[in-house]
Amino acid sequence: MMLRIKRVPTVVSNYQKDETEDGGCGRNCLRSCCLYKAKLPLYAFKVENSDAGKGSAAFGNENPSVDFLNSVVLAEWEDRMQKGLFRYDVTACETKVIPGRHGFIAQLNEGRHLKKRPTEFRVDKVLQPFDENKFNFIKVGQEEILFRFEPSENNVAQYFPSAPVDAASLQSVVAINVSPIEYGHVLLVPRICERLPQMIDCESFLVALYMAVEAGNPYFRVGYNSLGAFATVNHLHFQAYYLEVPFPIERAPSKKIATTTNGVKISDILNFPVRCLVFEGGNSLKDLSNTVSYSCICLQENNIPFNVLIADSGRRIFLIPQCYAEKQALGEVSSELLDTQVNPAVWEISGHMVLKRKEDYDGATEEKAWRLLAEVSLSEERLQEVKELIFAAICSETKTKAIANATICSETKTKAIANATICNETKADATVPAPSLDNVDFLPSPQAKMVPV
Amino acid sequence: MEPQLESIEGSFKFRYSEHVREALDGFPDCFTITDPCVCGHPIVFASRGFLKMVGYSRDEVIGKNGRMFQGPDTDRRAVMEIREAIKDERGVEISLLNYRKDGKAFWMFFKMCPVFTKDDGRVINFISVQVPILRKQRLWKNGISFSDQAEFSHSLFKCCRRELCWSTNVEPGSSFPVESVSENQATAHCEAGEAEKMKTSAAISNILSTLIRYSEFTGRPISRNRCCSSIGKQLAAALNISLGRIKQSFVLTDALLPSMPILYASELFLRLTGYSRSEVLGRNCRFLSGVGTDATTQYQIKECIQAQQSCTVRILNYRKDGTSFWNFLHISPIHNASGKVAFFVGIQVVDGNRGTEEPLRPAARQLNVVAAVKVAVRAWSMKFTASASA
Repeated sequence: MMLRIKRVPTVVSNYQKDETEDGGCGRNCLRSCCLYKAKLPLYAFKVENSDAGKGSAAFGNENPSVDFLNSVVLAEWEDRMQKGLFRYDVTACETKVIPGRHGFIAQLNEGRHLKKRPTEFRVDKVLQPFDENKFNFIKVGQEEILFRFEPSENNVAQYFPSAPVDAASLQSVVAINVSPIEYGHVLLVPRICERLPQMIDCESFLVALYMAVEAGNPYFRVGYNSLGAFATVNHLHFQAYYLEVPFPIERAPSKKIATTTNGVKISDILNFPVRCLVFEGGNSLKDLSNTVSYSCICLQENNIPFNVLIADSGRRIFLIPQCYAEKQALGEVSSELLDTQVNPAVWEISGHMVLKRKEDYDGATEEKAWRLLAEVSLSEERLQEVKELIFAAICSETKTKAIANATICSETKTKAIANATICNETKADATVPAPSLDNVDFLPSPQAKMVPV
Repeated sequence: MEPQLESIEGSFKFRYSEHVREALDGFPDCFTITDPCVCGHPIVFASRGFLKMVGYSRDEVIGKNGRMFQGPDTDRRAVMEIREAIKDERGVEISLLNYRKDGKAFWMFFKMCPVFTKDDGRVINFISVQVPILRKQRLWKNGISFSDQAEFSHSLFKCCRRELCWSTNVEPGSSFPVESVSENQATAHCEAGEAEKMKTSAAISNILSTLIRYSEFTGRPISRNRCCSSIGKQLAAALNISLGRIKQSFVLTDALLPSMPILYASELFLRLTGYSRSEVLGRNCRFLSGVGTDATTQYQIKECIQAQQSCTVRILNYRKDGTSFWNFLHISPIHNASGKVAFFVGIQVVDGNRGTEEPLRPAARQLNVVAAVKVAVRAWSMKFTASASA
């Protein structure tokens, strides 16, 4: 049985037409017809030196020569704003922090949703093949592209305001979302010409993580929605925008479950309506990125819809499996919640609710937000099963690499025994010598190099 | 001395006079004083106790941001709480894991409070006091002490796959890509006891009294509480921190008043026009126009403002000393979180060229300022819309 829901898809590009309309060349697109004469800004981001590990990462792009977030992203976004490319002015949409302990954010946005005939979306398949006939980002107009986002070749971040493009060199682009949720709402499309469907792979996820790191600002978050978790366009893309308030999901406490050998800490999120995991740390940015990617790929292969939030400038990554669309298709969601027409994608789950109706906005309470999001969450038992799948996937990926390098096994043993020894020592109340500060326990130095974050 | 350090020394001396450092050095406590108005929110004073605690020299610490003491196991949520408190200009107290210069990590109880100018309620410093949490008084979050550690670890393991070995005993030859969770010391939350809390409060009191006393000597008094200031002044104060680092000449005017008075003026604006802050705040921008200013251009500006639209013009303006300059001016309406246009931002670029390209487009650095103001105002004013619509 195929599960489907009906909804009006969000229009993210001015070149996104109805299914019935002809998707011809806008005379300024990114297909070969127009690409040869294209000139786009290019931002080349600094890539972490794999030898030096996290210490040399782009983390804390402390004194960049180009202010990526302000000059490359937001100022250019404002430029498109003034050129009238957006369907409405999002800063004219009323917004507030809902009173309460968690700080949910509500916005009244009547212009985002179109009064159009809803389209059917298949929600029981997380992986669906790319369809050239449907809207994809190659069809957007070049004026909607803010810049290309690619790794730098000479170890330093650089910005080229206008660089010629060809199909061979074009990698990832950042485009505006013409129906923005907030100021600076953009779409990151990794490896755009490869026409990848909406699914996570290690290489693309790393690009998304680098964008968060490059912005160097915890209020610029990057998000991902899988198919079945309210992605609208089946062409691989991430979203990002800027909002200078904390998200409820970021404020929720966490409890560590495990640490991987490459230093990635995986924790449960507590006291939050949607059960999810958060990934932090890692000996390198790539380690963190890959661990999350393996987890996402595992969910994809098991047909579990999910959302991802990259927060804290790339230091914390939330992985949120969900089941709202499935419930909706099976008629299990109350009409009261359906009437709000809130599709709980990554931003909504994080605590940022965009509401279409004034009565929903005026009457927005923390309790209502909680109730809606609780419907999105997997049950405790189901999450347990999912966690086991994820850990198995991470282990087998890491195992493959570990078997190739046998010394890692004995290193792990040495580390573990060392930890045991330390525990025994502290248990026996041994004092660590600390000449100036008595009775203060100093913890063993962390494996990773100390990072001035 | 580096220009940055010069300005740090200078601003601290300006506010509190020469001898405040001696007085502060008299306290045994660990504390730092930071300046949010300087780019990067650097430490401007570090007590001897603090330097000893973290193992750095004074030169290694002055001018740096407090995040230099954070490390991989520092709880990011705690960092976020501190960041939000700074942004909201209020105090915070929290347990935090910090790192010494030699890489060793330690828990401490951290209490921070803002310091306001007495006359206009701007935040000019934050005082941060740190008290290391002593081991024998340490309580783990769920009250489990070290002796229960084995049980604690075991209860975590229950939820995980049996095949995965999560204990500290690892068999040789097998690959266990997941480490044990025995380093709960770093990961469990560490609560401070009453002793630590009282110590920090006492230290803050003493430091504040000292700063207040010395600020009175310079005639620039400070206070621990913000005096009642208008919303406009509060906004200006909040923007002072977030926009202070934008090196551009610009002003913010109040769109809700027919006289459209200036609420905020950047340093570079004052430098460009030759006026002091008190001479421009509360006035309408038209004081910049003079005999040679084209009336049509002025009318154009007026029209755009009434239509709440942005505009870019080239206008002849005059400095305080009477000299004129061509001002490539971009004006943009700024909404607050209620969705209404609450302000206009005017960004000035001195422009000698008399180009003929029409219509004029704003320069990239002007758009930069518009974007920065829009996001700052939106987030700041969200605090007020909640109560308005309730």
